[in-house]
Amino acid sequence: MNTLLTELWPYFLMVLVGYLPNEVWRAFGLVLARGLNEDSEIVVWSRAVATAILAGVIAKLVLFPTGALAAISLPLRVTASLIGFVAFLAVRRSVSAGVLAAEAALLIGAYLSVH
Amino acid sequence: MPAMSAPVAFSSPSAAFFAGAKTALTSVFMLVLAGTYIGIGALTHDFGLSSWWLAISTVLVWAAPAQVILITTVTTGAALFEIALAVTLSAIRLFPMVVALMPVLRGPTTRLRDLLLPTHFTAVSMWVESLRLLPNLEHQWRIPFCNGLSAGYMATATVFGFVGFYLAAGLPPLLAGALLFLTPMSFLMSTARNARMMVDKLALVLGLLIGPLLTVLAVDLDLMWTGLVGGTLAYLVHRIREAAT
Repeated sequence: MNTLLTELWPYFLMVLVGYLPNEVWRAFGLVLARGLNEDSEIVVWSRAVATAILAGVIAKLVLFPTGALAAISLPLRVTASLIGFVAFLAVRRSVSAGVLAAEAALLIGAYLSVH
Repeated sequence: MPAMSAPVAFSSPSAAFFAGAKTALTSVFMLVLAGTYIGIGALTHDFGLSSWWLAISTVLVWAAPAQVILITTVTTGAALFEIALAVTLSAIRLFPMVVALMPVLRGPTTRLRDLLLPTHFTAVSMWVESLRLLPNLEHQWRIPFCNGLSAGYMATATVFGFVGFYLAAGLPPLLAGALLFLTPMSFLMSTARNARMMVDKLALVLGLLIGPLLTVLAVDLDLMWTGLVGGTLAYLVHRIREAAT
């Protein structure tokens, strides 16, 4: 493969396996936006499937990370996630509070384990 | 913007657009988006993709979950079919969101082409804020306001993607690790926040358990199976509970 093709390849993949399979659901929504309501059975099921996939991605990123996050120990990553989630529940289901608490726990724990 | 009894009016469509953009830049989602995209920027750097690749994917894909799936699979030699499948399954949630948003945007004189941009812009942040704010506006200003709001969010995400990318490149490993931790944490909290019904909460818990299990067992198409098995189990429990009451 020549250089130009090698450089453009990730962009081609982005459109082919990222943009198109993602955008198709927005297009369906626009075309079929009548009659369906948020509580219809197919909508409830599809939302559950989407939520489970996202949860799978979350768990994989925490348990099997790559790069710099992999240098932080597994028990610490899991503990920090749990602390973040408890903070999220405690502070009126605040996303920012949960993320900040998880990050603080991760950084403090990693700092203490080094020193 | 406070909820008002009389519909809010603007002097021109561009005034409505800029009011929407200003709303985006001062909303709480701005912080969540900044954190999420700093994390995604770091992830992009980690997987050896370029910062411009990320910026273009933010504009074209405009869905953080799909982008994370794409970033973490596209350079690892996963089958293209598998990546497309995981992306499309993660994107199903966009369908009911567009369906719910269109009746709010559509006025008596709205043409289909006016709805193309809001359709592409549909994502969790803009959707939640649009459903909250647009009903306070006269119909003619809703689409430009929505486009301004969405453009504000998209610009925020794009800028902070670059920030995360270059931070990850220059930071010491511990801080770079903390940046990479932003993506799963902001996803976890915002997904938990959106899970109001029992079925959504159960799907979240099942996905957290089944996802790693299938990875350990080295099952092919693990994300797809996590979604289909976890989501369907949660849905069945929901149906059984409904039938029992």
